[in-house]
Amino acid sequence: MERFPEKFASNVAVLPAGNIDTDQIIPARFLKATDKVGLGGNLFADWRYLEDGSPDPKFVLNRPEYRTAQILLAGDNFGSGSSREHAPWALVGFGFKAVISTSFADIFRGNALKNRLLPVVVTRGFHAFLNEQYLNSPRKQLEIDLTRQKVVASGGRSEEFHIDPFSKTCLLTGVDELGYLLNLQDRIALFERAN
Amino acid sequence: MVCQDSGAPAVLYVDLHLLHEVTSPQAFTELRSRGLTVRRPDRSFATIDHSLPTLSNGTPESRLQFADELSLRQIRKMEENCREYGISLVGIDSPEQGIIHVIGPELGLTQPGSTIVCGDSHTATHGAFGALAFGIGTSEVGHVLATQCLLQMEPKTFQIRVDGRLEKGVSAKDLILALINQIGVGGGTGFVLEYTGEAVGSMSMDERMTVCNMSIEAGARAGMIAPDETTFDYLAGRKFAPSGADWEKSLARWRGLPADENAVYDRSITLNAALLEPMITFGTNPGMAVSVTGQVPDPANVDGLEERAALERSLAYMGLTPGAVMAGHPVDVVFIGSCTNGRLSDLRQASSLIKGRRIPAGVRVLVVPGSGQVKRQAEAEGLHRIFVEAGAEWREPGCSMCIAMNGDQIEPGQFAVSTTNRNFEGRQGKGGRTFLASPLTAAAAAVTGRVTDPREFM
Repeated sequence: MERFPEKFASNVAVLPAGNIDTDQIIPARFLKATDKVGLGGNLFADWRYLEDGSPDPKFVLNRPEYRTAQILLAGDNFGSGSSREHAPWALVGFGFKAVISTSFADIFRGNALKNRLLPVVVTRGFHAFLNEQYLNSPRKQLEIDLTRQKVVASGGRSEEFHIDPFSKTCLLTGVDELGYLLNLQDRIALFERAN
Repeated sequence: MVCQDSGAPAVLYVDLHLLHEVTSPQAFTELRSRGLTVRRPDRSFATIDHSLPTLSNGTPESRLQFADELSLRQIRKMEENCREYGISLVGIDSPEQGIIHVIGPELGLTQPGSTIVCGDSHTATHGAFGALAFGIGTSEVGHVLATQCLLQMEPKTFQIRVDGRLEKGVSAKDLILALINQIGVGGGTGFVLEYTGEAVGSMSMDERMTVCNMSIEAGARAGMIAPDETTFDYLAGRKFAPSGADWEKSLARWRGLPADENAVYDRSITLNAALLEPMITFGTNPGMAVSVTGQVPDPANVDGLEERAALERSLAYMGLTPGAVMAGHPVDVVFIGSCTNGRLSDLRQASSLIKGRRIPAGVRVLVVPGSGQVKRQAEAEGLHRIFVEAGAEWREPGCSMCIAMNGDQIEPGQFAVSTTNRNFEGRQGKGGRTFLASPLTAAAAAVTGRVTDPREFM
């Protein structure tokens, strides 16, 4: 797996809504795909496109300034509902490297990490500050430093975030969980014989 | 647990891996690209449920005539993958085909004390048997296929104690909707829920499955109920349940599983079942629910900017007015089915209310049994005739309108009362609006064409 950058900066697309479920991130009708690629175009499809299928110019991801945004700032409990990994595939397909929220649904969080999409949990206070700073500010950059586990806003205000050491190592070294598990095959075989 | 190295998550061995056509193809692709094989096909079990049409021209194969090209490709891919890797598939031509979370228990695959995963968030259903069962993503489906193991962090525990008994007309679905309303759609995040107390102990397995099924709608990956005689009675004699001397050995082991009475939980709450009423959702997540006799909440009364904005957005999508009474709201579609409420007892309840009544013109009612077995049992009892004579459509088993991937869907702007688990925007069809409710409340809506308190018929 490709390594996650030690740090990077990008402008920030803001979706203030809370409880954004994976049915909104990618509606079920797009789950008939049998591969992972090309889902970025269907990201937030029902919010992003008008009745006739054309992009809604008012939706944040359709504004040209945000086409290259790598950071999504969203409301609390992001990624709830369905376990579909198509959600992080679509977010990564669009170009996102990180999502910032005050909390993530468990399954989404795990799925995101396996696809080199960093879920960053910040405090409510810092989240409100970021919302204020980055809503409709397409030129402002935000830095995410995975090595130091820090989000640094333009102007310098920053906050540390938590990530479990195993996931952090996997991201920074490009090791994936399957590789880790495959190295344990002998111990798995022992367990199978004993049980 | 196989092992845990310092600084790494625990390696959890998976006893049973359930698969369906939507979340597995990319995992098989990953196996192929890495030259890996399936470690334990004997511990893997697959069906086809999400994309499969519920219409038929008489033969199982004819269901595919109603499938679009992409669904057909996905179904064929599942058949190929199972054939290539030697995985048992309850496919379209099997009399046992059905929703994965209905057939696992029904076939006796779901057993107390086992670890069960599936690329599907409603895997929580199987926790009703005292199994640790949870949904996983497609990458993890690949991990389990290749190694039969998963990396897991230890979850926290959350006791949901339900004292008392449910009143007539109030069901397991109402209990779980009330719980999610109370703790919120993120209230269970990071926890495994354990349901305890008199109300839970007195529930049938079907009811327990309904409760555990929706644990994920509170954000909990898993929900579980300690196994007891009800559990063992249900399992005895099922196709894949242990038999003979193995049964006795298993029983002895299962009886030792429940937590001791002084078990300490990270969090606990208590509900009184006797105070619960039939529930209905008004919004766009399963926590947005009120009593069926209640009113649509007013955003003006909500503290917190984000919460108020969320409610306003939901009501705008749903086309509901703050303060409006839910009962009496017109309904276009009623859906009875899904892994939440597509079992025999659900169909019995719904049919008991519908019996001898007519569905009003302009209301579409779809009844989709959760499995082939449920369908045959219902037909043996004549339930299908009750539904059809009232004007409902009686379909072949599958997920159907719960996820609207197979052609069964509601139209933009329509209102549906649905016995399913999610009322998210567009969940049952783009632009469609879902009111989640119990089979009884859905049946009451079916015969009146409006949101109706089922207790009016009792």
